[in-house]
Amino acid sequence: MRVLGALLRKELRLELRTLESVPGMALFSVTTFVVFHFGLNRPNIEGDLAAGVFVVTILFAGMLGLNRLYVADQEEGGFDGFLMAPVDRTWLFVAKAIALFTYLVVVEIVAVPAFGLLLLQPSILPVLPSVIVVLLLANLGFAIIAALIGAIAVHTRARDLIGPLICLPLLIPVVIGSARALEPLFTQGGAGTLETKWLLILGLYDLVFGLLSVAVFDPLLED
Amino acid sequence: MPALPFGAPALPLDEAGKYVAAAYLVFFAIVILYVAIMAARVSRMERDLAELDALVPDREDDDADTPAARVGVVE
Amino acid sequence: MYGKGLRTLSVATLITLIGAFALVFFWTPNEADQGFVQKIFYLHVPMAIVALCGFVVGGIFAIQHLRTREPIWDLRSYVAIHIAIILAVGTLITGSIWARAAWGHWWLWDEPTLVSFLIVFLLYATYTPMRFAIEDRERQARYASVFAIVAGAFVPLNFAAVRASQENTHPRVLNTTGGALPGDMRLTFLIAIVGMTLLFITLYRFELSTKQTRSHISSLKRKLSGDDDLPVLRRSAAPTL
Repeated sequence: MRVLGALLRKELRLELRTLESVPGMALFSVTTFVVFHFGLNRPNIEGDLAAGVFVVTILFAGMLGLNRLYVADQEEGGFDGFLMAPVDRTWLFVAKAIALFTYLVVVEIVAVPAFGLLLLQPSILPVLPSVIVVLLLANLGFAIIAALIGAIAVHTRARDLIGPLICLPLLIPVVIGSARALEPLFTQGGAGTLETKWLLILGLYDLVFGLLSVAVFDPLLED
Repeated sequence: MPALPFGAPALPLDEAGKYVAAAYLVFFAIVILYVAIMAARVSRMERDLAELDALVPDREDDDADTPAARVGVVE
Repeated sequence: MYGKGLRTLSVATLITLIGAFALVFFWTPNEADQGFVQKIFYLHVPMAIVALCGFVVGGIFAIQHLRTREPIWDLRSYVAIHIAIILAVGTLITGSIWARAAWGHWWLWDEPTLVSFLIVFLLYATYTPMRFAIEDRERQARYASVFAIVAGAFVPLNFAAVRASQENTHPRVLNTTGGALPGDMRLTFLIAIVGMTLLFITLYRFELSTKQTRSHISSLKRKLSGDDDLPVLRRSAAPTL
């Protein structure tokens, strides 16, 4: 646990000092909402369309974070330093996943109000607690997959391409779960209820891939 | 092709038959394509083996009159 | 030496597949609902099942590779996934043809099996580019194994998620699991599955033995042309032994 704390402090401090990922991701998501406004040519959206636009925007914003996640470790020797320390390597995965999860939460703190102001027609306020629950589960799934695949992609030559290319199909269950869960919440005329089925799918996904990633992360760091 | 000859009289080649024939042809095409690729690989390996064959006698000749061997005989 | 037993296997595959297809066209009755078009079922569904099993088997071989670190397991995993991708392409094409013949559309988004299969295919389509993008051979093998394990676990989970996303809104058009088939159709279907499995094993063994023979030949070549002649490795997605 001390190892995890140290690694996490390092990640967050690095991000706070360089501001490489989070501001870019947040700006990207707000800009994408504007782009969607013009692309769809609609003043506001609701229901399944709103859920899809929102989830896909966050997904692509997350891809930016994925591409930056291990670059510093690879280029500035962070991997070498970590490998010399006598600690369990899986902690690096856990720290990266938590860091990315935190980035996504910060991005959504900006993106959700922006989405509510710019595009969503029914007010987001009454359903906010349910939206937060869905987003937390979806963030967790994204962070797990991205922290694992990012470690693979950073060692490939076309890393900015390989990472998203592997992640997108892997994340389709997360997209299904979160978009379908958000759909009734974003529907005009009375807040729909949150279906537990989608929360179960998201939770199951997080659980399975969380355990699996912890099990297979170790071989990615050997040298 | 193999799907058609022996089934030709029994095949109702109407609208539905065309699709069924197409599906089975796709399958055979994939298998045949695979066999063709395999054949190309086998012929490449044969070329490599021929190269190896050419290398082997050279090596034996070299062994027969390497300087070290001749020196050994003289001493 | 590498291809031991391949002849028997090939003959068995050929006999089973021809037998299955003969049964399909000359013995099995037409299905009441779709008629003759349903004959695609005996080709498409076994191919899909075998391709998915091939992906999962590739994942199991990859676990074995990470455990033992022997390159042969990486090769086995690579070859299993390779053959499964080929069968997956066949599955997508025949599935599309079937959809056109039975429902009038080349692609149906409300057919969960078809959609999940496409997602799995898209995921595995990145397997070879990923291998190719990693230069160090040993690292390539390790990373490919991690990928194969994660993707292998993804296959069943993805099917569950896609199916869940659709069962509320759309009724299943056709029960493709084979559970509700009458006796003679089921027998033909089972023989077709056995034939397709044999085909997978045969192609797998062929591919494996060519790969092994090739690396044997190139190691002989290196030996014969002198050890100081350093091996010039081509960049490749395929594992080397």
